[in-house]
Amino acid sequence: MGLLNATLCQIRRDLTVALRRVHDTLTPVIFFAIVVSLFPLAVGPDKAMLAALAPGVVWVAALLATLLSLNRMFADDYADGSLEQLILAPQPLAVMVLAKVIAHWLLSGLPLVLISPLLALQLHLPESAYGALLASLALGTPVLSLLGAVGAALTLGLRGGGVLVSTLVLPLYTPVLIFGAGAVAQAASGQSIEAHLSLLAAFLVMALTLTPVATAAALRVSLD
Amino acid sequence: MLDIQNLECTRGDRTLIRDLSFRLTAGELLHITGRNGSGKTTLMRTICGLTLPNGGEVRWDDMPIRRLGEDYRRELAYVGHTHGFHGELTTVENLRIHACLSSGQASVIETVLERLGLAPQARLPAKLLSQGQKRRLSLARLLVTDRRLWILDEPFTALDVSSVRLVNDLILAQLARGGMVILTSHQELGLDYDRRTVLDLDR
Repeated sequence: MGLLNATLCQIRRDLTVALRRVHDTLTPVIFFAIVVSLFPLAVGPDKAMLAALAPGVVWVAALLATLLSLNRMFADDYADGSLEQLILAPQPLAVMVLAKVIAHWLLSGLPLVLISPLLALQLHLPESAYGALLASLALGTPVLSLLGAVGAALTLGLRGGGVLVSTLVLPLYTPVLIFGAGAVAQAASGQSIEAHLSLLAAFLVMALTLTPVATAAALRVSLD
Repeated sequence: MLDIQNLECTRGDRTLIRDLSFRLTAGELLHITGRNGSGKTTLMRTICGLTLPNGGEVRWDDMPIRRLGEDYRRELAYVGHTHGFHGELTTVENLRIHACLSSGQASVIETVLERLGLAPQARLPAKLLSQGQKRRLSLARLLVTDRRLWILDEPFTALDVSSVRLVNDLILAQLARGGMVILTSHQELGLDYDRRTVLDLDR
């Protein structure tokens, strides 16, 4: 009971802080919208071409937007000493980390999922693929946050940490990208997406189990 | 009871502490002194379990703290150089979160703020507090939880005369109820307490 309470407290805390810093919180979402909107301008208004590009474009943009938001996950708490206190709190650190990742996803992953149909509209994504787009992003973006947390924790307090996070995390993101964008493309061509979504769900389960422990260990190393 | 055995701490490739052993029992105060860079903070972080020692062991009630994990952290309160609260949250919110995460009592928060003279700033974002007020807010954490071992890294920095007296009173009260306090301070302690040990890291 105490643990559940502490987890909810941690999530609520991170959400409260984010709501008081709306400009920071909205940056990844705005970035996502702008990147996707650039493609019709650059590629031209050819409907068929845009529709073919749409799954990849939306997914790559979501990936980059998540990457942009990663350094925010622990940096503030590291600088002001809250992270130190969190490590010293009598709660399992992995669970507290999971709470922080959940808050991070609610603030930067979920908004991407929610506005993605609007952006897909600009790219003339076939109607049949909207469900797949939402489902693949809903399953995939939490994996991006979870994996990103490990990278963010490892590069905490390092100079040029942002670039390092990208190098560390992007290779790990590729399977999610392949199956995420793959699911949308499959749906657009009228094929079954069950296999893709099952794999994404498997990634999510695996990331949920393993990454909080890895992130907690990385945080301990970074604060040593 | 805290038991430090043959502790060795290094920072980078510099050995700061070599073969240090001491023991702290209920009601004892340990004052760590030493010039800048002598390893005071490293020693305190090692005792907290934040930094791993290169040799030796920190034991609590005859158990290594690494094995105790959460059970040790339930006995410990640490106030470090950083404030340990978020500037966007108000004074009360910060303490409430600390109480929640550290299984402390949220019901005492108002009293604690009153006692530390932070009641007028209770609804103010912590980033607007002055340095001394921020320090007092960090110290307020000690009273929200009920911990046996206090580890205070320079608790008196930025505090005015009356606040220093207040913190001294808090430390004495903690010792009187059988708690233990480890602190560093460059100032001469205005504490009148007979079970006090001074550990000089320069020697």
